[in-house]
Formats: sequence, structure tokens, C-alpha cells
Amino acid sequence: MDNNLIILSLFILFLPLLSFISLLIVGKRLGEKSHFIALSIIGLTFIFSAYIFYNIIIKHYHPVSVSIDWISSTSINIPLGIYIDGVTSIMLCVVSLISSLVHLYSTEYMKGDKRYTRYFAFLGLFTFSMNGIILADSLIMMYLFWELVGLSSFLLIGFWFEKDSAANASKKAFLTNRVGDIGMFIGMMIIFYHTKTFQLHAIPGLVSDMSSEILTCAGLLIFMGAVGKSAQFPLHIWLPDAMEGPTPVSALIHAATMVAAGVYMTIRIFAFLTVDALAVISVIGAITAMMAAIIAITRNDIKAVLAYSTISQLGYMIMGLGVGAYVAGFFHLVTHAMFKACLFLCSGSVIHAMHHSLHKLDDHDTNPQDMNNMGGLMYKMPITFACMLIATFAIAGVPLFSGFLSKDAILAGTLAYYHAHHGWTIIIPLAGFGAALITAFYMFRLIFLTFAGNPKNEKIHSNVHESPKAMTTPLIILSILSFAFIFTLPNINPLSDNGWFEHSLHETKLVDTHHHNLNINSEHPRLVIQHFDKNYNLNEVEHHIHDQHDQAMFLSLLVAFIGILLSSLFYFFNKFSIEKATYFMKKVGLFNLSRRKFYIDSIYNNIIYKPFLWFCSLASRLDWNIYDQTFIDSIGRRTLDLSDRSVKADYDWLDQKIVDGSARLVEYFNNKLKHTQSGIIQNYLMAGILGIVIIALLFQQI
Amino acid sequence: MNSLILSLLIFLPVIGSIIMLVVAKIKLEGREDFYKIIALFTTGLQLLLAGYLYLNFDPSLTVDNSPFTVQIPWIDYFNIEYFVGIDGLSMPMVLLTALLSFICIIISWNIDKKPLGYFSLFLLLDAGMMGVFLSFDFFLFYIFWEVMLLPMYFLIGIWGGPKRHYAAIKFFLYTLFGSVFMLLGMIALYFYSGAETFNLLTLIQVAPTIDAQLWGYNMQWLIWISLFIGFAIKIPIVPFHTWLPLAHVEAPTAISVILAGVLLKMGAYGLLRISYPLLPGEVIAFAYPLAILGVINIIWGAMNAIAQIDLKKMVAYSSVSHMGYVCLGMAAIVSNDPVGREFGMNGAVMQMFNHGTITAMLFILVGVIYEKAHHRWIVFPSDYEDKDLAGKPGFGGLGSQMPIYTGIVAFTFFAGLGLPGLSGFISEAFCFLGGFSVFKLITVIGTLGILLNAIYFLRAYQRVFLGKLNEKCKEYSDINNLELIAVVPLAIIVLFLGVNPQPLIDIISPAIETIISYITPLN
Repeated sequence: MDNNLIILSLFILFLPLLSFISLLIVGKRLGEKSHFIALSIIGLTFIFSAYIFYNIIIKHYHPVSVSIDWISSTSINIPLGIYIDGVTSIMLCVVSLISSLVHLYSTEYMKGDKRYTRYFAFLGLFTFSMNGIILADSLIMMYLFWELVGLSSFLLIGFWFEKDSAANASKKAFLTNRVGDIGMFIGMMIIFYHTKTFQLHAIPGLVSDMSSEILTCAGLLIFMGAVGKSAQFPLHIWLPDAMEGPTPVSALIHAATMVAAGVYMTIRIFAFLTVDALAVISVIGAITAMMAAIIAITRNDIKAVLAYSTISQLGYMIMGLGVGAYVAGFFHLVTHAMFKACLFLCSGSVIHAMHHSLHKLDDHDTNPQDMNNMGGLMYKMPITFACMLIATFAIAGVPLFSGFLSKDAILAGTLAYYHAHHGWTIIIPLAGFGAALITAFYMFRLIFLTFAGNPKNEKIHSNVHESPKAMTTPLIILSILSFAFIFTLPNINPLSDNGWFEHSLHETKLVDTHHHNLNINSEHPRLVIQHFDKNYNLNEVEHHIHDQHDQAMFLSLLVAFIGILLSSLFYFFNKFSIEKATYFMKKVGLFNLSRRKFYIDSIYNNIIYKPFLWFCSLASRLDWNIYDQTFIDSIGRRTLDLSDRSVKADYDWLDQKIVDGSARLVEYFNNKLKHTQSGIIQNYLMAGILGIVIIALLFQQI
Repeated sequence: MNSLILSLLIFLPVIGSIIMLVVAKIKLEGREDFYKIIALFTTGLQLLLAGYLYLNFDPSLTVDNSPFTVQIPWIDYFNIEYFVGIDGLSMPMVLLTALLSFICIIISWNIDKKPLGYFSLFLLLDAGMMGVFLSFDFFLFYIFWEVMLLPMYFLIGIWGGPKRHYAAIKFFLYTLFGSVFMLLGMIALYFYSGAETFNLLTLIQVAPTIDAQLWGYNMQWLIWISLFIGFAIKIPIVPFHTWLPLAHVEAPTAISVILAGVLLKMGAYGLLRISYPLLPGEVIAFAYPLAILGVINIIWGAMNAIAQIDLKKMVAYSSVSHMGYVCLGMAAIVSNDPVGREFGMNGAVMQMFNHGTITAMLFILVGVIYEKAHHRWIVFPSDYEDKDLAGKPGFGGLGSQMPIYTGIVAFTFFAGLGLPGLSGFISEAFCFLGGFSVFKLITVIGTLGILLNAIYFLRAYQRVFLGKLNEKCKEYSDINNLELIAVVPLAIIVLFLGVNPQPLIDIISPAIETIISYITPLN
């Protein structure tokens, strides 16, 4: 069985790569048919993932791992390997499922694009690298694939590279991620020199002799990678721009899977994060969740709302990890992947319809993504509407839907964290519940603006049609997966997350004690961090979470209700005036803060990026105009000057006055020698070679 | 055969060059392709020989007991020997030289100006480079080092761009300046070691025992500094680097490839081959400054590259940045941690090889676009506010016009910015890992290079390939087969060594351990 799982996982890893390569090579010839290759390969990886999922999660098969020597010399030994446990198998399933659905959806969405085959090839490259991150058993392997998903993200964001905005966005995404990657790399180096290994499951047992400060530092540096990839404050700026990519790509990469890789990685390194590191992580998550939610309120672009909501939800997951509720964090990752992919694909369906309508009207100026041009689409696109509504219920935290359970678990975690620490930690549950309220508000704003009310533009509205089956099928599947019972089977209690998901993760050990003979209490394998703070351990956290569960559920139901109510009063029943609210918010200064995205982009642009470019051009001028052209060349000029003078001295004095008589002799030789300067290179060469030979022979004679 | 092979590697190009001269005397009017064929044949044969050498090469054998070593007296009076050999340090360089020379002949196929001169000088250059990497006698090393200089001078000065004369003389004087110091160091070694020999293996035994003073300075220190200046100019280490952008930009494509691909490595090779084993005490004393210089190279080179609006100059500065990794890796030899030492040194030598292949691709690809556009400006309309740039032609949107070329450039740029899976990543990571084991803060500053390298490559990529298609570029055809033949083998090597660097490590790591064993006991 071990071998079966390993071989299957290798197939899961390399089949998408095969799809990438084969589409690059034969794609042109296949043309519009090329999605057959991509679709069948990705379908196969889903089946394999499901098989692994069945064995590990349902049959409770033990975790499997295998590794090979990649680089080795006398003292260096870097293995690459695969590690499959519950977390891995769930992640594999999520990625391959959503990837398959996005592939299917894209066959319709991307129809007629001139780079159709390349699109599917890039999707293959992405799936390959994403699976690599999931299966990686070491930090270095994770880093390898980490950068590769960055590449595929770069390629797909800039897929329509003729648009300058897309080209800029792809560059921005790659570079912002690289900032995080620098931290990740430094953190890896620190860990490596203390433990002499990159193996994720060996590190926790070897960090005990590291000082708490260094370990905190190393953990946070590695976490920087996650800050970049999962678009956390302050590196979140790339994700909204990344929406320049095709919408199915936004759904797959920039909502459901790749951006969650940061969360996944944090779960993998969780066992050696210290209490201080976790505190910082929870604060970053809280800031991100709240800030992005506030920004989302004032977006009018349907995808921009979803992009900021993704950032906000990722902040939730990170916050969940930070407060120690890593199961809840991962749970939210999975539920979010389903409903956010659904939301994005629904928005894609709307944009697709709008686009076609505009195309029919021969209108190229109207923005098909602007919600101010939509409205009343409910009856025109019933399937899209129904699916989007379900997913919105899920993200808003309405009972019966998956988001309710996972969000509730995280919120319980934040409450528990506050009860354990008191003091400043109040901001974490506050941010959690506050963001939950705002999320419910802006998501229903999106629904009302898009689907409800009267059409804002009758002409466009009349030409809108429901999307074809290839697009609606993924929507239906994903909306079904947004129901709570999917994750609580075999139990169907809408208010409790007690089910297969909970169980499978609680059996997954973050530290594999059997493999590495750790000197820690074998009853509590997850208590590595206890080493640093006797008062804080995960069991206690779980205990607290349990205590806070009912309170958290009550509060989260309340905030979700308030959010939806407010939203409907504003945008559905029109009881409150939007203008007045906007006016008030402008007075307070909040409106512009949200509208201008907390000024973070312009701060980076004006304080870091532009001055840096100016500094580079200064460096270039310094290097070339001042150092080389002025200083170095002045040495040359001085020498020339000196030799001029010496020539003068030589000629005027020595030659003209003293050896004037022999001038004719010199001239005679000069005339003779002139012939050797024939300008024919072979003569020079011949002379050169001859010269070398003569010198060599002469030397030998000495 | 085995004892002949190294000499053949060196002198085959000389023979080719002589054949060309003989043929030229027969006067082949209008059949100038003949020179190209001779050159191609010669370098091809050389490449085959290098391949044969690689297949029969046993990295565990030292130079004294390798079957390829040839050691015969040459100038008895000064104990100068014709001593050529090969070990794990020179093997990758020999392969690189042979491969790049062959590829350079292919990409020089369109040279019409005085082909005889060009190709015969090129072959002489080739011989000089091979000689440097195979010599185990310092005098011989020096001779080859100088032999290479002259053809290079002419190749830049005659076949170069608009400022070729200036570039050629600058290159020549700069390098000569370094050579003078190297010569001084060499002579000092000869006399002060007491052995009166240039044999490097003997000098390794005796040079560390030099105990003399000159003008109040330790003799070993003086020798180290003078050799270092000679090598640092070639690497080039900031502030000895300003010959490089000029020479690289003005040289014809093939010569830029050789300059960046092989010549820069000779500096680092010289340090590892001569300075390191001969002056281990000074290496330890100088490691810290070397690491700092390396990081300055990384950052300064990258920052300058970011500011360039000439694509070729950008690539040239990227070489400055990438060679910084080599210095950082080499400095890590003083690490107390055996893993750190090996990471650093392996990384440095791998980076020499990998940078050779990647930068060769970069220059070839810049040459491809230059052939079509006759300019290399990567200016954007937004740059026009700057008076100097206003009206300069640019590119833009070539991604849809030249898809294959775009793909290959993207591959190369990503290799250059250290994308995992391509060879550059592994050597850069190794250099950092090595550096980090000793110079924590310096290496952390150096990791900024990860970001800065990405900035200029992606910036250039966007300016050339993304956006709307520039009207002026509508006529450009995609990369042609000849150019593809030149870059594809390099791309395969870059990819292969990125996925599986072990074959390269197998070759170099025994040689590196030998070097480490000279230095570590003193540390």
C-alpha cells in the first residue's frame, strides 16, 4: 500500500508537468482540441488524489513518506521527498478538484482566445508546482516549487500581456512574492545551520538547543514567504492587481489554491514556531482580515471585491494559525477554497455574459466588470445567481453552509486566545468579529448590486444570457461543496463541526515522533512549543476553544445577521441612503481610506519604489559617468599627457639637439619597417606566432 | 593518446589557425566560407575531445597521478616546465570553453568583415583560454593569460560596435594593468619561495612557508594582493569592473559570449587555482573583505543593471552581479562548519559554470534582436520625459510577434534571476548557504540580490515582449534555426543542471576538498 500511494502521488505530481510539456510541443497542431489532453490528465490526477484521500482519511492509513538523495557530497546531503498525511491528502484533493473544474470551465470561458493551448499548458505547469508544494517533505523542496508557482502565476496573470495593466500586474506579483521569498530563504538558512537538515519532520525535534529569540526570528522569516504568497499585510498589494488574469485563473490560483499555499506552509512549519512568533502571526492575520474587508466595501469592480475578500479570508486563516487553532485555520482554507472558487467562477460567468452582451452592442468602452453596469441579472442568469448566493451564504457565515463552521472555529480560537492572554490580545477577536460583519455586508452588497434591483443599463441587460453548461456545471458542483454537511459527514448537525474533517486532522500529528525519536513527551507529540512557554500549549488552546465555542457561535451569528441586514437595508430595501452614508464616511475620513486602499500602494510607490529606481540611476551615473569616465579615464589622460611631454623632451632635446645627425638613419629604418605594416592581418598573425616561437626557442637555449 | 589529449585541446585551435593562413595564401577568392568551416571543424573536434576527456575523467585522481598530465621541461634555466594537467576545478571550465567556442563559431556565421582575421584570431583566443585552464606551471599559465589578450584586443577593436577602439584599448590596458601585478606576484613567488620554480604543485608545498618582509609588509600579503589585483580585474570585482560594460557592449556577439562566459571565470579560477592553495594564510585573513566585495558586486551590479536602458549593457552588469556570488561562495572557505565550506566552494565553482552557460545564452539572444532592430534600447514611452532618452526607439509586444524567441528569452531570464529548476538557482543558493555559515549579516544583505536580479530581468522582459506590439517591430521574424542550434544545447544544460546538479558536483567536489584541506588546518 505504501508503494501504491507513493507511485500515485508521483503520478499526481508529474502528470500535469507532462500536460504542460506536451501542450507546448504539440499544442499548436491540436488547436482548440488541446483541452482534451489537459482535461483528461487533470481528471486523472483528481481520481488518484481521491484514492489517496480515501485511504488516508477514510481508511485511516498511516502517513507515508519516501525520499531520494538529490544532492550529496562529502558533507552536504540534500534529499528530496514526498510526505503524505491527512493534511496532504485533503490539500491534494482540493487542488486537483478545483483545478479540474477550472479546466472544464475554461474550455468555454477561453474559447476563441488566440493562445488557447498555451493557457492550458500554463495551467498544467501551475498544477505541477502546486502539487509539489503540497507533497514536499522538506523546506528546500517547498521553496523550489514555491518559486515555480510564482512563475506560473506570473505567466497566467500576464496571459493577456498586450494589456499594459496585465503586464504590470504580473511583474508586481512576482517581485512582491520575491520579497517574501528572501525572508523565507534566510529563515531556511538559519534553521539549516542549527539543525543541519531541511526535513520538515526532523526540524521540530532538533530545534531544542536554539535560543528562543533565534527560533522566533527564523520562524517569522520563513513565515515571510507565506506573507508574500498568501497576500498578507504588508505584502498583499499584488493580489488585487493579479485579477488582470483570466477569471478562471483568479479562481484557481488567486483565490482557492496558490494563495492558500502560504497558509499550508505555515501549518507545515507550525511545530517549530514559538509563542512569540505565533503572536506576531496572529496580529498580521488580524490586520489583514480587517483591512482588506474595509477596502472591499468601496470596490465597484466585481472581481476586486472578491480579491479583497480573498485577502481578508486568508487573513482569517493566518489569524487562526496564530492563535493556535491550526485545525480551524486549515478547515477554513478548505471551505474557503470551495466557496471562493465558486464565487470567482460565478463572477466569471457574469463577466462572460456581460462581455458577450457588450460585444453584441459593439460597445468597447463599458467595463464589463463594473457592478454599476449590472443589476437585475437574477432572472437572466438563474443558475449563476443561485450558486453565487449559496457561496455568499457560506462566506458570510450563515448556518448550514461550510463557512459558518470554519469561521466559527477560528473565531472561537481568537476568543480563547484572548481569554488565555488578556490585554492587547483583545484586538484579535475584535478584528475577527469585525471582519465577519463587514464580510457579510460587502458580499451581500455584491449580490444585490449584481443580481437584484432594476437593471442599471437596460440595453446590456437585455442581451445577457446564462452561461453554457461547461461553465455552470463547475458552479453547481462547487456550490454543493459549500454546504456544511459535506465536511461533517457522517454527522449532520448544522451547528457543529464534528465530522470526518475534524477527526482526520486530530489524528494527523504535526510532528512525526516515531520517525525521529524525539525527546518529548510521547503522549503529547504536538507540544514541542511547550518547551518555550510552559503556560501555553496546544491542548490548552483546544480546551479553551471548546469553552468559547458557544459564545463564539452566538456572536458570529449575530455579526453575520447584522451585516446582511445592513447590506439589505442599504442596497435592497433602499431604506438607508447610500449617498448620506458615503457623505458621512467621507467626513470621518474612512471613505477615502477604504477607497484609496489605505494608501499602501502609493506609499510603496512613492517611498520605496520610485526613490529606489532614482537611486539606481544615480548608481549608474556614479559608476559610469563619474567613476569610469572621469576618474579611470583621467588616469589614462594623465598617462597620455605624460607621454606627450616625454615625447617632447625626447624629441626636442634628445633627438633634435643631441642626435639630430642620426635622424636620417631613423627615417631610413622607418621607411623599411613601414612595409611590414601592410594592414593584412595574416601577416600580423604570422609575425606574432613566429615571434612567440622564436622567444620560446631562445629561452630554451639559455 | 591520453597524454596527448590536453596538448591537443590547447594546440588544435592554433593548428586550425595556421591552416587558415596557409589556405589564405592559396587565395580562395569568394570562398570565404571555408574559414568558417575550418573554424567550425576545429572547435567541433575540440569539443569532442573535451567530451572524451569528460567521459574518461576520474575526479578522484589528483594531477600528479592523472593519466592526462604532461610534464616536460621547457626552459631549463628557469625551471619552467610545460606542465599541463586536469582536475575537478579545470574540468568544468574546459568543457565550458570548448562548448562556448563551438557555439560562438556558429553564431559568428554571419561575419562578413575580414572573416580570415576574425576566425583565426578567435581560434588563437580559444587556445589561450584552454591553456589557462590546463596549465599547472605558473609561467605557462601567465603566457596563456597574455596570449589571450591580444586576439581579444583585435576582435573587439576591429569587429566591435561604434566605440570599439575605445573599448578595446580600455579592455587591453585594464587587463594589462592587472597582468603586471600578477607578473610581480609570480616573480616574487619564484624567488621568495626558495624553490625557484613555477611548478604549482611544488609551490603549494613551499609557498606557505615564505617568511620575508618587504618595506615592512609581510611578503605573503604582498604576493596575495598583487595576484588578487590581477585576478580581481578579470572577475571583475567592483571597483575594477568598468572595463566590462564597455567591452561587452562594444564587442560582437560571439566575443561578448566569450568575455562573459569564459574570461570572467579565469579570474575566479586563478584565485582558486593559485592564490588559494599557495597562500592559505592570506586567504583566511582576506576572507572577510572578499565576502564584502562579493556582496557589493551582487548589489552594485544589480542596481546598475536596473538603471540600464541598453539591453546588452544590462546583461553586462548582470554579470558583475552574478560574479559576486562566486566571491561570496569562495570566501566561505573559512567557515568552521564543513557543510558551510562545501556549500560555498561548490557553489562558487558551480556558479562559474552556470553563469557561463546562462550569460552566453543572454548575449546570444540580445544579439538575435540586435540583428533585426539594429538597436538595443529598452526605452518605454514613459522614459521620454528624460531628455537623453526622448525619441529613442524601443521594443514592446514582441511576445505575440516572436513567440519562440520570447519563450527562450523568458527561460533564460528566469534562469538568470535564479528560478528553481534551472541551474542558476542551485549555485546561488549554495553560495548563500556557504556565506551564511560565516558572514551572517553580509550574506543577509546579499540575499537582496534575489530581488534585485528579478527586478531588472522582469523589467527588461516587460519592455521588450509585453504590451502592445510596437509598430516598428511588425516585420521581425522569429528566431532562425542557426540561432536555435546555438541556444538550445545551452538551454538543455541549464535545465539539466537545474534539475540534477549532481554530475557537476561529482566532478568538482574532490578538487574542492583538496583546496579546503590546504586552508582549513590553518584556520
